[in-house]
Amino acid sequence: MLPLPMQTNHVGYPLIRIENLCKSYSLQDVNGRTITNQVLFNIDLTINQGEFVAIMGHSGSGKSTLMNILGCLDTPTSGSYWLSEKNVATLTNDELARIRNQKIGFVFQGFNLLKRVTALDNVATPLLYAGVGRSQSRKQAAEILRRTGLENFAMHQPNQLSGGQQQRVAISRALINQPPLILADEPTGNLDTQTSREIMLLFQQLNQDQGITIVLVTHEDDIAAYAKRLIRLKDGHIIYDKNNNTETILDKVS
Amino acid sequence: MNLFTIIGEALRALRQNRLRTGLTMLGMIIGVAAVVLMLSIGQGAQTKINQTIAEMGSNLFIVVPGATSSGGFSFGSGSIRTLTIHDAQAIAELPTVGATAPIISGTAQLNYTAKNWSTIITGTTPDYFSVGNWKIESGTTFTESDLRSANRVVVLGSVTAQNLFGGEDPVGKTIRITNRPFLVVGVLMAKGQSLTGRDQDDNIFIPITTSERQITGNQFPGSIRLMLVQCKSADDMDIAEIEITQLLRQRHRIAKGKENDFTVRNLTALADVATGAAKVMSMVLGAIASVSLLVGGIGIMNIMLVSVTERTREIGIRMAIGANQRTILTQFLLEAMMICIMGGLIGLLLGISGAWVVSQVADMLIVITLGMIGLAFLFASAVGIFFGFYPAKKAASLKPVDALRYE
Ligand SMILES: Nc1ncnc2c1ncn2[C@@H]1O[C@H](COP(=O)(O)OP(=O)(O)O)[C@@H](O)[C@H]1O
Ligand SMILES: [Mg+2]
Repeated sequence: MLPLPMQTNHVGYPLIRIENLCKSYSLQDVNGRTITNQVLFNIDLTINQGEFVAIMGHSGSGKSTLMNILGCLDTPTSGSYWLSEKNVATLTNDELARIRNQKIGFVFQGFNLLKRVTALDNVATPLLYAGVGRSQSRKQAAEILRRTGLENFAMHQPNQLSGGQQQRVAISRALINQPPLILADEPTGNLDTQTSREIMLLFQQLNQDQGITIVLVTHEDDIAAYAKRLIRLKDGHIIYDKNNNTETILDKVS
Repeated sequence: MNLFTIIGEALRALRQNRLRTGLTMLGMIIGVAAVVLMLSIGQGAQTKINQTIAEMGSNLFIVVPGATSSGGFSFGSGSIRTLTIHDAQAIAELPTVGATAPIISGTAQLNYTAKNWSTIITGTTPDYFSVGNWKIESGTTFTESDLRSANRVVVLGSVTAQNLFGGEDPVGKTIRITNRPFLVVGVLMAKGQSLTGRDQDDNIFIPITTSERQITGNQFPGSIRLMLVQCKSADDMDIAEIEITQLLRQRHRIAKGKENDFTVRNLTALADVATGAAKVMSMVLGAIASVSLLVGGIGIMNIMLVSVTERTREIGIRMAIGANQRTILTQFLLEAMMICIMGGLIGLLLGISGAWVVSQVADMLIVITLGMIGLAFLFASAVGIFFGFYPAKKAASLKPVDALRYE
């Protein structure tokens, strides 16, 4: 169990609200003509605070594209996205950077740790960007690493850690600013079954004990099983959105 | 992120890639060192020329026998003997002229005790020392009465004195010049090289009368090799030149339309040419050095661009965890500037040491001013900001998702 301070969460409050969201990419074909490739079609989605959602779908179905938009790393072609009731389209680059820093913790399939930077400094970096001094940041980072069981690896660089340890460092980094939302794009994609289980238990714990909202992308059913809500994407459309416990298929949001 | 933390991040990034940092810095080091070295050599040459000109005496004409040849002028090619001591005396009477110094010269063998020395001997008048801006180290110059009586007295140049006497004081001693005894009455202060690079201190001076009658001899009595004419003021130089020319034509009975049998040269004008040349030289040196600094700057831009491309993913990660554009921009700009400033400092030290070595080895005057150091340093920082900005801007304006997806 992670003894992080309990956050005041209002479960049921909409944290993410997406309406009629579309995303297309423009590409040049071999003849130099511009072709438009639409990846997301009229997505409507609401995720409340405290939820644990798994987004599933085959490769190329648009999961990562959706996650990047949710994480304010990318912008939709059309449609609206409200994060904590703020219309993301109206925010400046600086405000978006602040939201990524304060409100969102990212966990990636490829870990995305800073190379040749110790686990401790990797975890401390978001605090530096929040304006906290280096020594204070390191102190807090050391504390988080202790709680994720990595106190003996604080001075290790990413290439001196196992995949599972690297992902724990990434999760520690995602947690350091105590964000209400964690976005994890195939976090167990590069891990073995046992390590995947440990990581998923960690997510489950964070969701249950601290009420952190977790949105997770996976294409594996047994990983999705840890989530409370399952959303399936197919070719840029949500084909189902159901509660994991009840197994009832909800109406497709149109 | 506060500036202090960004500096830390930039320093760490530089440390992580020591070889690349070092190589980039090398461009800056060489550029700044070259600028400092070239400027100091140029400045040194200029200072040296100014010193030589100041020591040469001011408002000077040199008058030599013979017509102006098309290829310049020669210092009285031996056979032409049209100028005389009386010409010099007459010119001295002109209202614009302060003093004149007629000169005959030759070489002579000197002896003092067991020491031998061969040097240039100059026969002239006492005015020569003031006209030529010579200062006395010890003793006195010879006098008008020495001149009238053709006394055997001699004034030694500092190098000659050193060679004959070593540490001993020559004043009051007797030396032999071509086996005739002369009393040393004075020693001159050192002047160094002339504009043409001749050592002016290996020289001895005796009254022109003594020289003519006893030492150099004279095929045409009264004729001289050249004369120096000093004008009373710089403003009168043009008038004086005309007056001297007219007077000499008249004295030499040169018919209208016939060529002069003498040449008047304005030494101050020559000096100006030399000063101008030195200025141009230091500017050219500075320009060459600036090019190397510019090349160093382009090297930095090149490396920074490569670095931005190479670290695109890192930039994406930093953006994903909360870095804003200004922070990314500042970090990359600081990296470029730190390379420039550190390189600049090392280059400065290298340039100064190089200048010192050059001054020792080539026996050149090297002048390093604070302004020069400031200029090199300012230029280095400017190069850093200028060439660091574009890559930094490029890094900062990446869309986070594109940066993260970059392979
Ligand atoms: N930057 C891009 N430019 C063009 N097409 C893209 C880009 N990113 C993703 N796509 C396309 O969008 C589709 C969905 O990609 P993605 O969201 O990564 O799928 P998933 O994560 O579900 O595997 C794919 O067909 C992919 O080719
Ligand atoms: Mg994906």
